[in-house]
Amino acid sequence: MSGPLIAFYVIALCVLSCAVLLLSARRVIHMALSVGGVFIGCAALYLLLDAEFVGVAQILIYAGAITILILFAIMLTNHEAQEPPFRWNVRNVLSALGCLLLCAVILLSIRRTAWPVPDASVDINGGNSNPVAIGMALFKQYAIPFELVSLLLIVALVGAVLLARSRKEDE
Amino acid sequence: MANSGFPIPIGSVLALAAILFCIGLFGVLTKRNLIMVLVSMELMLNAANINLVAFSRIQSKPNLSGQVFSLFTITIAAAEIAVGLALLLAFFRLRQSSEVKDLDSHRW
Repeated sequence: MSGPLIAFYVIALCVLSCAVLLLSARRVIHMALSVGGVFIGCAALYLLLDAEFVGVAQILIYAGAITILILFAIMLTNHEAQEPPFRWNVRNVLSALGCLLLCAVILLSIRRTAWPVPDASVDINGGNSNPVAIGMALFKQYAIPFELVSLLLIVALVGAVLLARSRKEDE
Repeated sequence: MANSGFPIPIGSVLALAAILFCIGLFGVLTKRNLIMVLVSMELMLNAANINLVAFSRIQSKPNLSGQVFSLFTITIAAAEIAVGLALLLAFFRLRQSSEVKDLDSHRW
C-alpha cells in the first residue's frame, strides 16, 4: 500500500459517510453541513489526482459559495422544517431498488472493462504549473466555450435576481 | 508500484463516483424538501466531475481536457443552483412551503 492509495481510501470513506449522513439527516441545516463535507472531500480527491486548480476552484465555488447560498436559502424559507421519518412505502422501495440496480450495473461494467494502463511519464501540464497549463488550454483551445459559459452565467444570475425579488402585485 | 503507472487504480475512483451518483439519485427520488432535492442533484454533478478529473489523469494518453470540462461543469452547477434557489424563494413566497408535494398545480 502506497501513501496516495491509503489517502484515497480515507477520502473515499469520508465522502461516502458524509453522503449517507446527508441522506439520513432530517433537519435541513444538518444536511447543508454534511454536503459541505462531501464537497471538501471531492476537492481533496482532485488534489490527489494532480488537478490542483480544479481542487481549489471546487473549494472556492462549491464549499464556499454554493454551501453558503444553500444556507441562505434555508434561512430565508422555513428553517425549522423536518423531514418526516423514513418509511418503506412503495415509492421509496422502488427508488431504492432502481438505484441499487443502477449502481450494480455501473460497478459490474467498471469491473469488466479492461482500462488502459496510464502512462505516468507524460506530464499533462506540459512543463508548466497546473494553473498556467489550464489557463493556456482555456484561452487558446477552449476560448469560445469559455466566453459562452460566461454569457450563460450572467444570464442565469440576472434571471435569479429577477425571480427572487418580490413583485408588487403579490402584496 | 511507484514507477508502473499511477498509484490509484482507476476502477476504485470510478466506483466511488458511481456510488456517489446513486446516493444522489436516491436523494432526488425520495426527499420531500425542495432544498434537499437540489442538494442531492449537486451530489450527482460532483460524481460526474470526479469521473472527468479521473479520466483526465488516468488514461492511456493523459491530457487536460477533462479538467477544463470539469471547470465548465462547476460553472453550470453554480448557475443551476442559483436559479433553483431563486425559484424556491419565489415559490415559498407564494405558498409558504418548500415541500415537493405542494408543487403540483399549474396556476394558483
